[in-house]
Amino acid sequence: MEVISFAMKIDFARSAPKDKRFFHGDNFPCTVVSTKVACIAFLSRVCKIFSMEEAALIPKGERLEDIAQDVRKKVVKMIYLAGSGHPAGSLSCTEVLVALFFRVMRHNPRNPNWEGRDRFVLSKGHGVSALYAVMAKCGYFDEDLLWKFRQLGFPLQGHPDRLILPVLEASTGSLGHGFSIAAGIAAGLKIKGIGANVYTLLGDGEVQEGQVWECAMASAHYKLDNLCAIIDRNDYQIDGKTEEIIGLEPLDEKFKAFGWNILVIDGHNFKEIFKAFDEFKKTKGMPTVIIAKTIKGKGVSIFQGDDGNLRFHGAAPNFEEYKIAMEELGVNSEEL
Amino acid sequence: MIFFDSVKLPSLRSEELLNEIFPKKEGTREAYGETLLELAENDERIVALSADLAVSTKVDKFGKKFPKRFFNMGVAEQNMIDFAGGLAQVGLIPFVSTFAIFASGRAWEQVRSVAHNRFNVKIVATHGGITVGADGATHQANEDIAVMKAIPNMVVIMPADAVETRFMIREIVKYDGPCYVRLSREKFPVIFDHNYRFKLGKAHVVREGKDCVIFACGLMVAHSLCAARMLEEERIKVTVVNVSTIKPIDEETIVKYAKICGRAITVEEHSISGGLGSAVCEVLAQKCPIPVKMLGVKDVFGVSGTAKDLLKYHHLMPEDISQAVISFDS
Repeated sequence: MEVISFAMKIDFARSAPKDKRFFHGDNFPCTVVSTKVACIAFLSRVCKIFSMEEAALIPKGERLEDIAQDVRKKVVKMIYLAGSGHPAGSLSCTEVLVALFFRVMRHNPRNPNWEGRDRFVLSKGHGVSALYAVMAKCGYFDEDLLWKFRQLGFPLQGHPDRLILPVLEASTGSLGHGFSIAAGIAAGLKIKGIGANVYTLLGDGEVQEGQVWECAMASAHYKLDNLCAIIDRNDYQIDGKTEEIIGLEPLDEKFKAFGWNILVIDGHNFKEIFKAFDEFKKTKGMPTVIIAKTIKGKGVSIFQGDDGNLRFHGAAPNFEEYKIAMEELGVNSEEL
Repeated sequence: MIFFDSVKLPSLRSEELLNEIFPKKEGTREAYGETLLELAENDERIVALSADLAVSTKVDKFGKKFPKRFFNMGVAEQNMIDFAGGLAQVGLIPFVSTFAIFASGRAWEQVRSVAHNRFNVKIVATHGGITVGADGATHQANEDIAVMKAIPNMVVIMPADAVETRFMIREIVKYDGPCYVRLSREKFPVIFDHNYRFKLGKAHVVREGKDCVIFACGLMVAHSLCAARMLEEERIKVTVVNVSTIKPIDEETIVKYAKICGRAITVEEHSISGGLGSAVCEVLAQKCPIPVKMLGVKDVFGVSGTAKDLLKYHHLMPEDISQAVISFDS
């Protein structure tokens, strides 16, 4: 019975809470069969709509490097406040996410259901804090929600959950899934004759999952040239360096053998990032993978290296560590 | 168990009686393939996928007729299921077909992911249960209902015959949400006629009788009806309920007949643990505790044999069901 009434329960927004809390009382969780009405109504209640004169997403006077820096500060702060999260792997993919949402993708935070939008799927779901910070900055939802990251009753889940936060394309977290979902979206867009692109971000450890290679084979076979995978090649996974656990190299040659167009770049260099995405857009007949060489924990020294990875792949800094991290990112202790 | 001597299986009266009561047999997977093709003619949203089993799952004709709407994903079920999720995400209605063991087992976490996303994916799995036959254990799914119903947001359904299959496939297109439909390899006796209506979430009472209620699904519905006929000769009158929607289960009907009959049998072409029987017991233990006898595959892996022989071997014939009713109190 639950399941059936579930399906009929459409417009979450009609019963939307008066404050910013997503769930109310016993109706946990309030899930949504996403309809345009529900989504926009939800956004209008909970989100601060970007009051922009024009469609450009970059706030006046801010460079992309500044935006990335701001995102890093928010990532560290939100994880610290939550008491848990994945700081290091969220900091390594910051530039790529900023580039995608502020320049590369065609999308409109005020019209998240726009059929022609480019889509982004975070296959490395644990990097979600960076995604939330970027999406909030774009105007998808109120930045105040960031400080309720991972808290019971609030929409920013520990890994992307699209039923609880409908502006996300897919719920991910278990590695490999997002990649396949992205490929399916790409194929579906082609069937529907929609010329949008699908971008998906994977971790490098993630690439050890067999499903990733199933997807790589199928994507090349079905010539999904509207699919762009970016691999956050930060050289680490949970238990240590990828090459010490199960070596991935030569990663570029592997994807090439699977029929992909490969690009290898410095994942923190905006110029190289944009050049790679431009290459992707020009490439026909095969999907593209961008292997972005990055530093896990970029921006915060104590999050980096063997020790940094061990401590900060999947744990929050304590107050002392938080102070040190934020200082390095340019926030004085008094401002915390 | 003796492996190297031929297993002697008696010929049973029910073998003839089943043919008498149900003269027609039809394949559930064939009915699915035909219905899907019909639906696709008028609904552009419908697409289909298979994992190198398009011919066996009867979606090959779909593939030939609508090549741009068909994806053979090869021997790669995990990618196939999530890929279907992606297709559903843009508004298409993907019908994904492979064998039950691969759909529910190999790609279990992917089905879970589809359910977590509430993607509108219809997983129509053929070759469920022991009637898969000679291929043996690795291809006989006796755990699929258990693992699929454990996932939230999943609708889990199993038609009793080809007629119900046709209605089911049409119904699930109207329902917005992930579904797991379990079909067979063997042709099933045709029980229902064109007057039958399948209602998602509603158990169907096929015959009534006060002495015992039999909750069955799939092929076991026909077997239970045959058992009911045999029991009538012993002046025992049983209710037979076709629980074709295992999740969400029709608690109301289950409790109603539990109250009337006071004792229940559950029977399925599936393990006795975790399937229909468990689903029924979950309801009864909480809402109307009565004695329940559970029939099914007794927590063993399958073996090679003909479907006919395996049904006898695993004690899933009408005689086994009627015997269970007769000897209920002992």
